[in-house]
Formats: sequence, C-alpha cells, structure tokens
Amino acid sequence: MAETGGLQIHPMDQFIVKPLFNDGAVHWYTPTNVTLWLLLAVLAIGALMVLGTRRRAIVPTRSQSVAELIYGFIHDMVEDVAGHEGVKYFPYVLTLFLFILFANVLGLIPMSFTTTSHVAVTVVLALAVFLGVTLLGFARKGVGFLGMFWVSSAPLALRPVLALIEIISYFVRPVSHSIRLAGNLMAGHAVLKVFAGFASVALVSPVAIGAMTAIYALELLVAVIQAYVFTILTCVYLKDAVGDAHH
Amino acid sequence: MATDAHGAAQGAQQAGGMPQLDFSTWPNQIFWLLVALVLIHQLLTRVALPRIGAVLAERKGTITNNLAAAEELKQKAKEAEAAYIQALADARAESAKIVAQAKADIQADLDIATATADAEISARAAESERRIAEIRASALESVTEVAKDTAKELVAALGGKVDARSVTAAVNARLKG
Repeated sequence: MAETGGLQIHPMDQFIVKPLFNDGAVHWYTPTNVTLWLLLAVLAIGALMVLGTRRRAIVPTRSQSVAELIYGFIHDMVEDVAGHEGVKYFPYVLTLFLFILFANVLGLIPMSFTTTSHVAVTVVLALAVFLGVTLLGFARKGVGFLGMFWVSSAPLALRPVLALIEIISYFVRPVSHSIRLAGNLMAGHAVLKVFAGFASVALVSPVAIGAMTAIYALELLVAVIQAYVFTILTCVYLKDAVGDAHH
Repeated sequence: MATDAHGAAQGAQQAGGMPQLDFSTWPNQIFWLLVALVLIHQLLTRVALPRIGAVLAERKGTITNNLAAAEELKQKAKEAEAAYIQALADARAESAKIVAQAKADIQADLDIATATADAEISARAAESERRIAEIRASALESVTEVAKDTAKELVAALGGKVDARSVTAAVNARLKG
C-alpha cells in the first residue's frame, strides 16, 4: 500500500471478495461480488450470442454480425492451430474465449470487479485446459502421447536431456497460462487505482487523469489480447493432444 | 475511490494485502466460476452455436446458389450474344446474296436492253443509209435529167437539131467521165 503524506491509496482493495448481502463469512455457496460479475458476464454473452442472433438473418444485424465474427474467428483459429480434429472441441475453446473476453472487458467498467484478475479463477481455467489436454492426449494416442517428449529429430545423446526439458516445460504450462492472465489484469487495474488515488491531489490531478485515460486505453487492449493469447495457447496445447505429428 | 470500499470488507482481508492469495475465498470463486462456465457452455452448445452455424451455412448456400445462377445467366447471355452474332452474319450473307442476285438481274435486263437498243440503232442506221442512198440516187437521177434537159435546151438555143438519143448518150458519157 502506498502512503504519501495524508493520501491513502489502496490499489488492491478492488480485488477483495465480499458477500453481496451481508458482511458475514464467505462460504463456498455465498453470493459474492464474484458471483455478481460472473453472472453479468454470462448475461452479456447470452445477450450477444443468443439475443443478438435471434433473427437468424441472412443479411446480419450489427449484433448478429459481431456474434458471427467471433464464431468465425475462434472457429478458424481452432481449425488452423489445432488442426481438423480439434474442431470437435471448438465449443469448449469458444466458452473459454468468451468468458475471458467478457470478464476482462466488464472488469474495466469503473467500480466493477474483475473476476479474471483472481488467480483462483485463472488457475481453474488453466488446469481445466491442462488436464483436459493431457487426458485427451492419452485417450486418443495412448502411450504414444509421451512420444512428444522424445525429440526423435535430435541426436540420440541429447534426447534424454531434451525430454527432461520438455517435461518440465509441459508442467510449467498451466502455471504460466494462468499467471499470465491474472497478472496482466491485476497489474493493470492496480496501476489504474494508484493513478486514481493521485488524481485526488489537485497539483498532479491533470497528469494523473491523463495517465489514467492512457492506461485505460492500454488496458482495453490488454483485455482483448489476453483473451486471445489464452485461447490461442489453448489451441496450441490442444494440437499436442489431437493433432497429427506432421501437422 | 479506493478508500470507499475499504471499510466494509476489512475483516475479510489478510494482513499480506493480496486478496488473490486469500485462500479462504477460493472455494467460493471456484464454485461460482464453474457455475458460470457451465451456463456459458450450455448457452453456446444448446442455442448459439447451432443457430450461428445454421445461419452461416444458409448464407453460404445462398451465396453459392446465387453465384451458380449468375454463372448460368452469364452463360445464357453468352449464348444469346452468339446467336445474335450468328443471326447478324446470316443476315449479312443473305443480303449479300440478294444484292448479287439483284445485280445479276439488273445486268441481264441491262444486257437485253442494250441488245435491243443496239438492234434498233443498227436497224435505224440501216434505214437511214438506205434512205441516204435513195436520196443520192434520186439526186443523181435528177442531175442527169437536169443535165439532159439543159443540154437539150442549150442545143436548141444554139440552133441545132435536138436529137434526144445522142444528147442523152453524150450526157451519160460526160457524167461517167
């Protein structure tokens, strides 16, 4: 926590999970601000993907056009990156993408709560991808799935070393996958709050507000890019499980 | 402002200061996250994806059909153009034939007319020649007559005895000479 004279800035307070209706303890079932913003994300996704497409127009309306754009974008991404076999898992990838995108963007509304800035959320997402891909790989390829750790194009003497490195990097995947998303979101929002705190000092407030505007624009970019990065990495991991060795 | 939210949740916050690492809230977050993900997945797979997929397929079909129809129409237009060109060429050939026919007819008529005219001209010329000869002959005869009469008159005037036969013979001899 930063402290400048009498100025109190608590950039991390925005991430506190608290119950919606009373000040009691947070049980697993308690409706909290997390619940509220998760469900808002669900509603927003429903509004775009279901209400927006309800006319089923051949010549799309604006909202239908956006929904089709997202559909086509992720569908092509899965097909290009994970291969033809990966298209079966397109609904899961699209679920991940839409959830992260909407959680990120909704989190940029002032006074809102950013669910994807919490490690708890991103770890669940990343572990779901990791476990899903690993189980899928073994289910589809059996023991042959382990072959991806054995770099057959390298000299024989190097292969055990490379296998070790590959295995370590494989298990680091969920860590980097989850921390990248939560870290980006948390850092951006904390910086915004710090500048917001400075904005209450008359002397520096024009600078602080200018900086907030700039960082807000940057955060909007980050919100979309991190959703894209998480999704495309999911597709890359999926390729290990379902793709052909020779692509 | 950050300080506004500070009071209420102070009890739940750790001394460390990172709410992300407050593991007592993890079960809550994970539970509601899973609820949200299942809801999104159900929304997508039950309603949104089939709908959008159908719309995209329908649009693709419509576009393909329209393109095929356009291709067909283009083909038809090409055929029409070819037929038009063919008709034009036929008409040209036909008109050339008609022109040639007309020319030949006219030529034949002209030939006939020319021949008729030639015949007439030569008939007229012959007639004219005949008349000229006639006129010449009659003129010659007149000259003989006049010469005989004049010779007779001259002989009579000179006091000679007019012998018609000898005068005539003398005039004839003179005329010949």
